[in-house]
Amino acid sequence: MIEFDAVRKQYPDGTVAVERFDLVVPSHRVVALVGSSGSGKTTLLRMVNRMVEPSSGSVRIDDVDVRSMDPVRLRRSIGYVLQAGGLLPHRTVADNVATVPLLEGRSRRQARADALGLLERVGLDPAIADRYPAQLSGGQQQRVGVARALAADPNILLMDEPFGAVDPIVRDQLQTELRALQADIGKTIVFVTHDIDEAFALADEVVVLRAGAEIAQRGTPAEILAAPADDFVASFVGAGTARRSLRIREIDGRALVVDGDGRPTGVLER
Amino acid sequence: MNLFLEAIQWILDPASWTGEHQLGARVLEHLAFSAAVLLAAALLGIPAGIAIGHSGRGRGLVIALTSGARALPTLGLLTILGLGLGIGLEAPFLALLVLALPPVLAGAYAGVESVDRATVGAARAIGFTEWQVLACVELPLAAPVIIGGLRSAALQVISTATLAAYIADTGLGRPLFRALKTQEYGVMLGASILVALLALVVELCFHAIQSAAARRAEPHRTTPRRAHARARERTHR
Repeated sequence: MIEFDAVRKQYPDGTVAVERFDLVVPSHRVVALVGSSGSGKTTLLRMVNRMVEPSSGSVRIDDVDVRSMDPVRLRRSIGYVLQAGGLLPHRTVADNVATVPLLEGRSRRQARADALGLLERVGLDPAIADRYPAQLSGGQQQRVGVARALAADPNILLMDEPFGAVDPIVRDQLQTELRALQADIGKTIVFVTHDIDEAFALADEVVVLRAGAEIAQRGTPAEILAAPADDFVASFVGAGTARRSLRIREIDGRALVVDGDGRPTGVLER
Repeated sequence: MNLFLEAIQWILDPASWTGEHQLGARVLEHLAFSAAVLLAAALLGIPAGIAIGHSGRGRGLVIALTSGARALPTLGLLTILGLGLGIGLEAPFLALLVLALPPVLAGAYAGVESVDRATVGAARAIGFTEWQVLACVELPLAAPVIIGGLRSAALQVISTATLAAYIADTGLGRPLFRALKTQEYGVMLGASILVALLALVVELCFHAIQSAAARRAEPHRTTPRRAHARARERTHR
């Protein structure tokens, strides 16, 4: 469980990234922080592993204030997935995945064996273990990033725009696989995105943020889509737009779902 | 044109290496003195450059210092230092250090600063300590540029180390300055050729070291797999 308790972040130049933020992320759940750039969402995420220290308030993991933990130990105990993977360009895929176990003093042989298993876990051919990140596609790099985050078997995964750098088809595929993986491993996941569809696709709970990390609305994807709290949320989720206003049209005895422009998006199963 | 022939003859004449000029000893002196200067420049410049590149602080200082020091004429500096320190190796050592420090410092600083900040941030976020960030990420990635700084410093020091003989009786500058007095221009040219050859050899060594560092920093450009493919291509041609 991760608790944000009245956290605030003001930078020395006076900019307030986070005004005052409270949130409880229950264990084994996936929570998405959604907002446009400047909403302070990444700042919040980085407070969990002490990459950013709050100016006031506290972040607690399982009732322990992160400020009482050694930052390096804390970071190694939390999986972190970055946009474009954030891999080390001069190390092989296997060494990248094994980074934290190796830092923690695991034997090379054991770390490598574990890394190969993790590559399979995220849908990669272990044959790429000896390649370098620059030789992989964006989607493959992103998978390696996920494998690396899982290497130390952390309870918590933080994901910063995890699939922002890949094309929409690969993104879809990665999202589907992440859901399947999460069903299996049940980590506590906090991820940050500006893409509301990604939030709806992955999260159990979505937190929509305004500037200064003010919570505009929080709830399940269904709750937010069914009843946007205000105009800001409505426009953020695209409520009322052609894409979200689906209707049913009967064609040849089958119920076709069409969007606001009348374009078919699927068939209604009854 | 006889001058050039004279110079070559002088270099090839065994008497030049055994007689009054003792060329073998001069070459060794020249190399040892240059190496000492370069070592001192590396010991001072590399840690300072790395610290500045890593923290991003003191950047203005480096730029001011390096461009300022580059504008100093080494011979003038040597004369002033010589007046203060007297005859001996100290004055040329310091003068050449001032020459060597800017490229070494700039290389170390630029190398570390050129490492992608996102990569460094990612390493920190997954639990590298500051020292591990430096040793395992920044240094290996910056190494080619750092070595490039040493390389250009080495070239300048070796070619300028002839000036050491102006104040101290050492290096390949010794036959050069003596020949200047006796107007043996063939000898002067010969000594200069030797200096150029030394610089060339050292340059080649640094080139090899820099390439090796680049292969470590950007291994995907020359993986064994691709190297094999290239080798295959060559044999099939």
